[in-house]
Formats: sequence, C-alpha cells, structure tokens
Amino acid sequence: MTAFHGPLTLALEIGWGTTLAIKTVMILMIVPLTALVLGYVFLLKMMSHMQSRLGPMDPGGFHGWFQLVGDGIKFIQKEDIIPGQADRRVFAAAPAVVVISTFLIFLVIPAGPDIIVKDLNVGVFYALAVSSLSVIGVLMAGWASANKFSLLGALRAAAQLIAYELPLLLAVVGVVIQAGTMSLQGIVGFQSTGSIFGWSGIGFPFIFTQFIGFALFLIAAQAELTQTPFDMPVAESELVAGYMVEYTGFRFLFFFIGEFGTAFAFSAIAATLFLGGWALPASWGIPLGVMRFLGPGVLFAKIMAVSFLMFWVRFTYPRLREDQLQALAWKFLIPIALFNILMTGVFKVAF
Amino acid sequence: MSDVSGTETPEAAVEAEPTEAVAPDPHALDANHADLQARLESALGDAILEQSPVFGMPVLRVRRNAWRDVAELCKHSLDCDYLSFIAGIDWMPAPKEGGADAASDTSSPVQPTETTYGAAGSEGRFQVFARVQSTSRHWGVTFKADVDEDALLVQSWVPVYPGADWHERECWEMYGFVFDGHPALRHLYLPSEFEGHPLRKDYPLLARVVKPWPGLVDVEPMPGEAEEPTSDAAATAEEAS
Amino acid sequence: MSTTNPPLPEFDIDPRAFRHLADAQVGVELVTGDMILNLGPQHPATHGTLRLVVRLDGERVISADPVIGYMHRGYEKLSEFRTYPQITTLINRIDWLSSFANEVPFIDAAEQLMDVQAPPRAQYIRTILTELSRIATFVLFLGEMGLQVGALTPAFYGFRDREHILNLIESATGGRFHPNFNRIGGVKDDLPWGWINETRTAMKTIFDACDTFEDLLVGNEIFQARTRSIGIIPPELGVAYGVSGSNLRASGVDWDLRRDGKPYLVYPELDFKVWTHPDGDSFARYWVRLQETRESARMVLQMLEQMPAGPIMAKVPRIIKVPAGEAWVETENPLGQMGYYVFSKGATGPFRVKIRSASFSNVSILPWLLRGVFVPDVITILASLYFILGDIDR
Repeated sequence: MTAFHGPLTLALEIGWGTTLAIKTVMILMIVPLTALVLGYVFLLKMMSHMQSRLGPMDPGGFHGWFQLVGDGIKFIQKEDIIPGQADRRVFAAAPAVVVISTFLIFLVIPAGPDIIVKDLNVGVFYALAVSSLSVIGVLMAGWASANKFSLLGALRAAAQLIAYELPLLLAVVGVVIQAGTMSLQGIVGFQSTGSIFGWSGIGFPFIFTQFIGFALFLIAAQAELTQTPFDMPVAESELVAGYMVEYTGFRFLFFFIGEFGTAFAFSAIAATLFLGGWALPASWGIPLGVMRFLGPGVLFAKIMAVSFLMFWVRFTYPRLREDQLQALAWKFLIPIALFNILMTGVFKVAF
Repeated sequence: MSDVSGTETPEAAVEAEPTEAVAPDPHALDANHADLQARLESALGDAILEQSPVFGMPVLRVRRNAWRDVAELCKHSLDCDYLSFIAGIDWMPAPKEGGADAASDTSSPVQPTETTYGAAGSEGRFQVFARVQSTSRHWGVTFKADVDEDALLVQSWVPVYPGADWHERECWEMYGFVFDGHPALRHLYLPSEFEGHPLRKDYPLLARVVKPWPGLVDVEPMPGEAEEPTSDAAATAEEAS
Repeated sequence: MSTTNPPLPEFDIDPRAFRHLADAQVGVELVTGDMILNLGPQHPATHGTLRLVVRLDGERVISADPVIGYMHRGYEKLSEFRTYPQITTLINRIDWLSSFANEVPFIDAAEQLMDVQAPPRAQYIRTILTELSRIATFVLFLGEMGLQVGALTPAFYGFRDREHILNLIESATGGRFHPNFNRIGGVKDDLPWGWINETRTAMKTIFDACDTFEDLLVGNEIFQARTRSIGIIPPELGVAYGVSGSNLRASGVDWDLRRDGKPYLVYPELDFKVWTHPDGDSFARYWVRLQETRESARMVLQMLEQMPAGPIMAKVPRIIKVPAGEAWVETENPLGQMGYYVFSKGATGPFRVKIRSASFSNVSILPWLLRGVFVPDVITILASLYFILGDIDR
C-alpha cells in the first residue's frame, strides 16, 4: 500500500494558514458548482431526453447550459417569506444545517495525489458520519414550517434517513476490510497499485469483489438523498416538496445545493471506494506530477458514471411507501450487508 | 351481444296510442323489460299509480309512501343491484325573466306557459325520480313519485342503496326535498351558507340577475356575405364581437 | 351497510399501542389527538379542485370526507335556458378529457324525441370519435397513474401519445379538447382527406404505447407493491354506490353498456371483448384500462374497415324544435356510465336535463373506501378511480 503524501512543491512558500484559507475558499466554490453541473446534466438534460423532450434549450445559447445559473440568480432575488406561525430561528437555521453537512463531506474527498483538504485516517467513517447531520436539518425544517404537510414529510424523512444509515455503513465495511485502512487516499492507492490474480492491467478496483457492497451503497445513497424510489419525504404528488415546501428564495436554494451537492459527494465516495477514485492504474506508469492534473478529470468521469446510474433509477421507478421502504432496509438490505461483510472477512483471511 | 332493440318488435305490454297500424311503437318494451314490468306490477299492485314506457324503458309512478318499498323490492327480489341516479323535477313553467310584461329576453328558448307533465303523469309540481338497473339481467327501470309541495318529504333510499347518499344530498340542496332516513342532509355542491334551492323554476338564472340580457345587438355579417341591414336596432350600444 | 358514520377500521391490535410500545413498562398512556389534513382543493393528486378532509391517526386515515362543488357550473340549470346546439357546447366540458363522448348521449336523446335517425356514416364517425376519445383518456391515465405513484417518466409518455389522438380529433372536428361536432341528425362535417390512413398509423403507435406502459409499469415490482390490494372495491358494494365503467369491471362485474345496454351507435355491428379483472384493487383498475385501450384501438381499426359511404346529416329543419316527451340515453363513457334524461315540452330547448355523470358516483364511494388506509395509498386510490372534476361537479 503506497501513500501519496508527497510534498507540495511550488514556486513560493505557502504557510499553513494560507493553505487552509485557499482550501476553504475552493470548497465553498466547488460545492455549488458541482450541484449545478449535476443538476444540469442529469436533472435537466438526461431526464428530459429520457422523457422524450429536450429540456432547456435557450438560456446561454448552447443547449441551455445557463439555465441553472439563471435559476440561482432568480432564487437569490426572491422575497424571503417566513410563515407567520413558524419558529423563526429554527426555520432560518435548518437549510444551513443541511448545507453545512454537505460541505463537510467534501473535506475528505481526494481529487488527486495532493488535492485533498485533509486526508483523515478515518476518512470513510468521518464522511458517512457527517452526512447524517442533514437529518437534523430536515427535522428542523419540517417542524419549524408550521405546516402539516411539512411535518409529515419531515417525520417520514427522519425515519427513512436513520433507517438507511446502517446499510450505507455496512456496505463500505467490506471495502475497509479489503483495503485495511479507512483513509480515502489509502483506499485509492490500494486500488491503483493492486492486481487481480497477478494481473495488474487495471489495478484492483473494489467493484469486482465488492459488487454487493456497491449495489447496497448505491441503494442506500439513493435513500439518503431522498430520491425516488425513496422520495416519500418529498413526494411531489402528495406533499409537494414535503419539508421544503415553505421555503422560498435563497433558503430553497440551500436545500437544492444540499441535495445535489450531497449527491455529488456520495457519487464521489462511491467512485473512490469502488472504482478507484482519481487514480489510474499504477501499471500504466503515469507519473505523479501528471496525475495532479489528470486526477480531478478522472474522478469527475467516474462520478458522472455513478451519478448516471443513480439518476436513471430516479426517473424510472415509482416510489415505495414508507412502511415498504423501512421493510426493505431492515429486513432485506441489512442482512445482505452483514452477509457481505462475513464473506469479505472469510476471503480476506483465506486468501 | 345486444338485446333486441325496442324499435324492431311491435309487441308491448302497454303501448301509447298506436299512430298507424304498421309503424312500430318507439316506446315499446322488449321481452326482457316486459318481463320486468310484469313482475313489478304483480309485486307492487296498487302502489303503482301510473306507468308508461319511454323508448323501451319502463317508467312507473308510485305512491309516495311506497318509495322505499319499491327500492327494496328492486334490490332484493329483482336483482337490480345498480343505482344509477336519484333526481328531482319541478314541473312548473319558469316565470318570465323580470315579470310577464318585461322586455323580451331573447337569450333563452321560449317554453310553453301551461303546466304539462311527463311520461307517467304527476299530481303536482314536484316529483322525485330514480333509476335502478341490474348488471346481471341487463334490465332497468325508472320510478317517479310525487312530492307534496307543502310537505316536501320523501323516504330515503340510503338504507337500501348506500350510493343514494350523495344523490339525495344533491336533491335536497337543489329542490328542498327532505329525505326521511338520510344520515346527514348537508350541502354537496354549494357553500354551506347558501340560501334557496337553485333548480326550482322560481329560482332565477343568476347570470341574468347579475347582468340582464342586453337585447338584440348589431350583428356584423360574416366576411364574404353581402352587407344586410341588421334586423333590429339595439337599445344598447354594445357591439357583438 | 351502515348508514351512520363509517366505523373505525378494525385492527388486530389498537394502532395507538404502537406509539407507546417503548413505554410499555413505564405504563404511561400517550394519547395524541387526531390530525385533520386538508388534501386540496389545490393539490396535484386530486386531479382538479377536489377537497378531501381527512382525519389522520399518524399516517392512517380514520375518516375521509370529500368536499366537491368547487367547479359546479350549474349545467342542469343552464340547460333549461339554452337551445340544444348551445347545450351541446356546454356539455363538451363535463368530462373534458374525452369531450366527444359527452355529446353523444345527449344528441341521441334529442334524436329519439325527434324521431330522427342519423345516417350510418354519421353513426360510424361518431363511434370512431368516441373510441378515439376513450383511447385519449386512457392513455393519459396510464401515464398519469404512474406519476401519482412516483414514476415521473410515464406521465410524459402518456401526454406524448395522447397528442397523436388529439391531432386526429382536431383534424376531423376542429377542436382538440372540445370538438362540439355532433348535431341533431348527424355530424357537422365529413372526415378530411387522408384521415383514415392517419388514424391507422396512430393506432399502431397506440399499440406500441400500451406495450411501453406494460413494460415500464405493470411488471415493475414497486408499482405492484404500491397498487396490489390497495383500495379493493367489493362488487356488491360498488354497484350499490353506482360505481361504473372500468372501476366496476376491475371488481369482476361483467357489465358494459356498449354490449349489454340498449343498442346505440354502431356497437352492435362490432366485435369486441369486455375485459374484467377479479381483484378489484388499484392494480386491477390499471390493468383493465390498459386492456381496454388496446381493445378500443382494435375497434377503431374495425370501424375504419367497415365504414360506409353516404350522407352525414339527416334531414332536419333549420330551427330545431324537439317534440314534447322525455327520453333517457345512457352510454359507456370512458369514465363510466353517463346518461342524460331529457324532458322536452316542444320548445327549441329542453325543459329539464338530468345529467347522470359517472365520476359523481365513483367518488361517492371514497368515504367508505379510504377508511384505514395510509396517506400514500389515498393518492394511489384517487389516481386509480380516475375521476374528472368536471364530471363530478357538472
């Protein structure tokens, strides 16, 4: 297992504080950008083409790429309405909590040999733990909205998000067992330098042995993002956006960024854990310096592939009812995840 | 796959006055419905005041105190499991808009001013009529019953056909018939504070009350037609669009 | 059948017991009040301005009370002040998704009173347009029920395939939604040149669309989990409430007015199958309408083969005065049994028209049907019953 903690050599000396500032600013800029890209490509364009229509074509000239930017500007300039009966402070804080949890996930996602905010030893653990902060935000939003539909949506969301934490976590335990480390850079390194039965042509992406884990992770991620088939909390035809319904303007934008940013983050984690992240196989002999430039692109391509799967399922399947959803998590996914861990452990020790 | 049409067979249990010897009676009942009519007559006896088929459908006017018995008979003995509707009718001719000598409102068709009644006759102004059908025997029958103008009380069909609930609510709200035995007669279409019973003939068409008919107006000829003098110069200056 | 307020649903154990199962040892009784939820009148799931006042216990419905009348336009009152052609324009708008089918029974009643027979070609044109409107309504239903259950994509396919039918109706009658095409004695115009071939092509796309919906939704496990055993209407209760059409046939009652009622239009000359399903749940209603769409397409193709040449309008006077009398005509409309009871006193307009609309009775079963179901199932049931607000409210 090789680590990529080489020194960052640049022309000028940068102190610790400046590095931190630069990294913070970059994260703050990147997260909405990722939400935008994901939203445009998949929500507006892919969904439209699957539904035999074109989606936005005019804004910006080329296939309407400016649509979401324009939507963002529109949201910012809207009137900020807080319902009369709402709990004002909780109402205002809820979108912030959701978005903060999104930003925090991005801190550990590696995009290149040195391109990571902080490579924690417990990277995987940290990422999944921090993503469950959004449950609090959802509950706050539903309660503070003083609206029965929002409350129903928030209660459904809380139950669902908590239920699907377990399959999410258990799905990656297999990866951790195989890699021997919870650090995301370490997992990337393991996959890149590994070999399958002695052939190291494509490294050793964990998807080959952890296909069950990959499927479970995707399903659980779908549920964590409250996307169809698990979108009871925001069931459009019943609750009309559920816990988000009373939010206007900038606050609604926060929820939107939270949803799509988290989708991007989960896709990034899936790509890192199962597909090899930013790294191309080490046997291809690409020097580290080149990977500093190629890394983000490679990661982006893998993220797009994973997101394609997630959004494709989103547009095709009807939604599960709340009790069916819970039954699926507790009675079906968790036993399979446990079985997966057992098998991984057995094979790790045996081979 | 279809029953014999009533217009082909000249046999009928009861016929209207035969117009010609060869013309088939359009109101004649086919064999199936004639059977139903016979059973109804034998079961109801003198509860039937009058009957007269309408285009192949038996129509019977029954005594008002037999209204629910008729329903029970149909549902339990005659296989008429399907309730089509229950409705009311007000036979009084509608009074002229604005009184008898008002300027003519040419927007509505001119209805005759004498009171005449329909197929099975009527005692007075109000009647309630209902239709039940059988999904298995493919027959159906319409019943009418008079409603006393002063008492406006009708027996409710809800204990027999649960679907009568909404039909009777609508009848009450539109005509004022009170259904004896209905669980909760409240407004169906109209707001709870609505006053009056709109489908009665003495209740005006509110659109005309809100804005009276402006009378004949200048009509532009269609493009291509010769310019013709308009038939009647209008009192108002409104141009027809 | 009880006529008082519907009783509480029967559970094996009291659902309130779930709430304090964790406190069972502590022995604290947590009794929470019921929540009253207002679904509508503005709500995406209620197909218009239907308001359902629902009393909830958690996510279970204790009682549901539909409040209708937000779209009541007073057609029966208006009909007493309008002439027959004017009323034809009005009643187009009762069931606006299949408008042509609304005109047919009314015009048929007027023709019976006048003792006028529309010529055979007009009857064929009427029947073809009625079946086309049935296909248009059902194709939209197939897609839109998927939307209510959560699948976003089938709805768009439903609208797209409906466009083919609407284009046909528009080219024949001039109106996509409100054709206003029937006249007493026949139809207004003959079919345009090339319409028959266009219709044949459109029917092929309808068959493909039905296959798409079958692949996309009918076999989907999630769709089945959401619709099987949801909203079962027992056949005896359904007929007693006046539920008709595909809803009744999905409960196993083999009754179709095109085949079993008084013969009207050209249905006696057609060869078609009446589809029923024994289950009576939401899935059965979806399945029956899917099969009926295919059956209607086959009927249209049959009629295109058999259609005779000839006049499209019988001889009627310019100003139509319908002789005194009364007539009742009931037809198998896409939504169910629709009927008009026309009372005439010899004027140019009727004395009274009683409009029996299908959705009125279909919706009256909701208070009974919605007891004890979950909130998402309420949406599924509303979608599967397929009512149109104009049809309920007239």
